[in-house]
Amino acid sequence: MLTLTLNHFLVLGAILFCVGLYGALAKGHAVAVLMGIELMLNSVNITLVGFARFLAPDQLLGQVFAVFVITAAAAEAAVGLAIVLVVYRQRRTVNVEEVDLLKW
Amino acid sequence: MSDPLVTLVFYGIAAVTIVAAIGVVSLRNIYRAALCLVLTFLGVAGVYILLNADFVAVMQVLIYAGAVTTMLLFAIMLTRSPGSPRSNAANRQSGLALFAVLVLVVLLVLALGTAVWPQTAPVAAQSSVDVLAKQLFTTYALPFEIASVLLLAAMVGAIILARED
Repeated sequence: MLTLTLNHFLVLGAILFCVGLYGALAKGHAVAVLMGIELMLNSVNITLVGFARFLAPDQLLGQVFAVFVITAAAAEAAVGLAIVLVVYRQRRTVNVEEVDLLKW
Repeated sequence: MSDPLVTLVFYGIAAVTIVAAIGVVSLRNIYRAALCLVLTFLGVAGVYILLNADFVAVMQVLIYAGAVTTMLLFAIMLTRSPGSPRSNAANRQSGLALFAVLVLVVLLVLALGTAVWPQTAPVAAQSSVDVLAKQLFTTYALPFEIASVLLLAAMVGAIILARED
């Protein structure tokens, strides 16, 4: 237990992922759903960087992937929050359960 | 990585990160949840530093703790329904979601906690920026350029979406 191994970081990533998944599944506010998704992306990054550190420390491919994930997450947050603003302007609500036009 | 102090620091950072993440999904006020998210992002940056990933840690602080959080707070501010302390309420399927997530976390912790990985010889601690820059601008130059186009498209798209018209 006193030696840090890859498993420590993978378990931390798994717990964070599950917390974020709960946030994305169980929240009503659209911004809260986006925050849960950000948590999940962060946990994936921990896993990638952990693999890079312990399995291939001379190439750091996991860190390259983490940089791309951060880029995609920033783009996703910008577009997602813009959509939330438009939905609020049109419907006067940000509750994801009340925005169900596409639900049949 | 065999220093017990480093392990202790890891456990401390991990505890702060997980508690803050649980705060994000459990606090009633969404403004406080967003501030808890900042703490989570900073904890994740600490984990990156423990993993010798200095560049990714700086990117984490700049982009997540700085830019993404600012955008989230602006979105909360601009969509605020006045006088609602329970702005971060759970929806109807929260019980089912909690059950599924608990099952998933038990399975994942059991699987990942006992997994055995091939051991590699540890390399001497060094800055990861050299290796990362070489990878990004030689092997992964094309994905790097595509990522910049993605950012441009997202920026233009966000402006067009959020524009008053």
